[in-house]
Amino acid sequence: MDVSLDLLIGAIVAGLLLGGFYAAVTAGISISFGMLDIVNIAHPGFIILGSYIAYIINIQFGVDPMIVSVVMLPVFYLLGTVIYQVYYLSFEKRGQESLRGLAFFFGVLFVTEVVLLLAFGVDYRYVEAPYIGPSLHFGPIDLPLRMLVPCLAALTMFTALQIFISRTFTGRAVLAVSQDQFALQLMAVDPVRIKRIAFGISIATASIAGALLVIIQPVEPSVGREYIGRVFAICVLGGLGSLPGTLIAAMLLGVVESITATFYGPSWAPAIAFGFLLLTLAFRPSGLLGR
Amino acid sequence: MAPFTLIAIAVATAVFLVIREPNIEYLFVAGYTIVQYIVLATAWNILGGYTGYVNFGSAAFFAMGAYSTVALVTFGNEIDELVPESLAPIFHLIFPLSIPTLIVIGGVVSGIVGFGMGYLTLRLRGAFFAIATLAMAVVLQTLVVNWEFVGGSGGAYIVRPGEFPGLGSYMQYLFALMLALAVLAIVTARAIERSRLGYGFAAIRDDELAAEASGVPTLRLKLVATTISGALMGMAGAPFPYYIGYLQPQSAFGLEYAVNSIAMPMIGGTMSWVGPLVGTLLLGTLQQVANVTISSAVNLLLVGLLLIGFVIVAPNGIVGLVQDRLRARRAK
Repeated sequence: MDVSLDLLIGAIVAGLLLGGFYAAVTAGISISFGMLDIVNIAHPGFIILGSYIAYIINIQFGVDPMIVSVVMLPVFYLLGTVIYQVYYLSFEKRGQESLRGLAFFFGVLFVTEVVLLLAFGVDYRYVEAPYIGPSLHFGPIDLPLRMLVPCLAALTMFTALQIFISRTFTGRAVLAVSQDQFALQLMAVDPVRIKRIAFGISIATASIAGALLVIIQPVEPSVGREYIGRVFAICVLGGLGSLPGTLIAAMLLGVVESITATFYGPSWAPAIAFGFLLLTLAFRPSGLLGR
Repeated sequence: MAPFTLIAIAVATAVFLVIREPNIEYLFVAGYTIVQYIVLATAWNILGGYTGYVNFGSAAFFAMGAYSTVALVTFGNEIDELVPESLAPIFHLIFPLSIPTLIVIGGVVSGIVGFGMGYLTLRLRGAFFAIATLAMAVVLQTLVVNWEFVGGSGGAYIVRPGEFPGLGSYMQYLFALMLALAVLAIVTARAIERSRLGYGFAAIRDDELAAEASGVPTLRLKLVATTISGALMGMAGAPFPYYIGYLQPQSAFGLEYAVNSIAMPMIGGTMSWVGPLVGTLLLGTLQQVANVTISSAVNLLLVGLLLIGFVIVAPNGIVGLVQDRLRARRAK
């Protein structure tokens, strides 16, 4: 039993590290879909975009991908506010977000993917950094730095987001928008402005998540699609609009996927997320920590 | 038979005869793709356009149809190894199945998948259904990649007979079948539009809560829509392995099916059966031309940009634009 117990512990640890990364990937969706009710299925597309930007600058100038992603934050934020403005004027204002808004984001996802495909082809791209390769060892447990560093970065970002949402005025206004937009308007706050800021932040997280993704695995333009099921499964399981719920759900999914990959083979991993999603929708649509 | 059905059949027959005249095999190959998209776009619109629920998994429904054909044909080829000897003669009587039978089976399989998906997710807000279909496409592809019987990730060969007795090349036969499916899809869509069912769908699309409050059985109607829509997509996929000859998961689950079956109705107009037809003829022809003259990646980019442009600028598609123009002229 010893060997399989070690295997199990190893799988759980790997799963927790993976889960931290998943939390970073889902944070943006948790804000846009969970709090603003904007079904931004194009989010994985922006993450891949972040990966490619990190990749280009890393290869050209040798800059660490995570530093690149932090520098790119304002650019992604701006991109997010522009997209929200288009979305608001074209769909939300006219009350057409359900059908046409979804088609819009689907189009954006598709165009991002095809543009990256035309520019870089289908080859897998990867970055170079000192922490890719070595591992820490604690007895039977391996802690590969290429997983540990992204996990820690993700947790840092997540904590910052949670503090922003729960402590600052703007952050609380974002929560208020998700609860009652009209009441917020009575408090003399422009809900559209708050939503624009929040959506900008949600896209900005894609910059960091993208850099983490390209550290963890080589990317090609269609990798984003694998994450669509995952991010929405995590977001729904965690409870819409709850950042702590998202973190717990991300860890849970990471562990279950890792255990499945260890004992049944990695090709079944995408099915796990889908199973989670369907079970949650069928039995507890409000999620673990949902309102 | 209703006059509309007769007209539709007449038009389909005329199309077939006209294309047959120059006797160029390529016309059937290109025409098949366009007509196949008519079926997919019309099927998508029955759920997406009429009830307002977005299905991102058209490719998965299509692939379910295609892979049920692959599974049944493979089974038919290996009866002697798979079935006890005493039962083999019975199976030899049934197999190989004709393509129309395979189409019906593909439709049933995809219809059941559509029903199951709908049952689990349609009680919630529309966005959940859309997300679930997106995820489903990824998962079904994973299943097929892991399923060696239908070729796994390597793909499966389906031998296409050279001739179809009494008609000429086999491609002509496939094209004729697909035309028949297009007629079926359009007649179904138009019949739904004008029935109580269609009014129920429209009520769901406009205000689901109000519809529910007025006694419209919303869940049941939505399930009917997903089942019909899924079944038609499966039927469109069933003959595909014979068309392509060599079926890989990547080609059956290709993103272009999901994108096109959304883009075509959106660009044509989602309110009636005319929209998907117009959108498909336009985009489908454009893509066939672009595929030959430019490249297939650029042509997909074009579709994506057109989709974004149309949903922003012309929310009711080409049909909506034309209607607005006519109304404006009448007002003068």
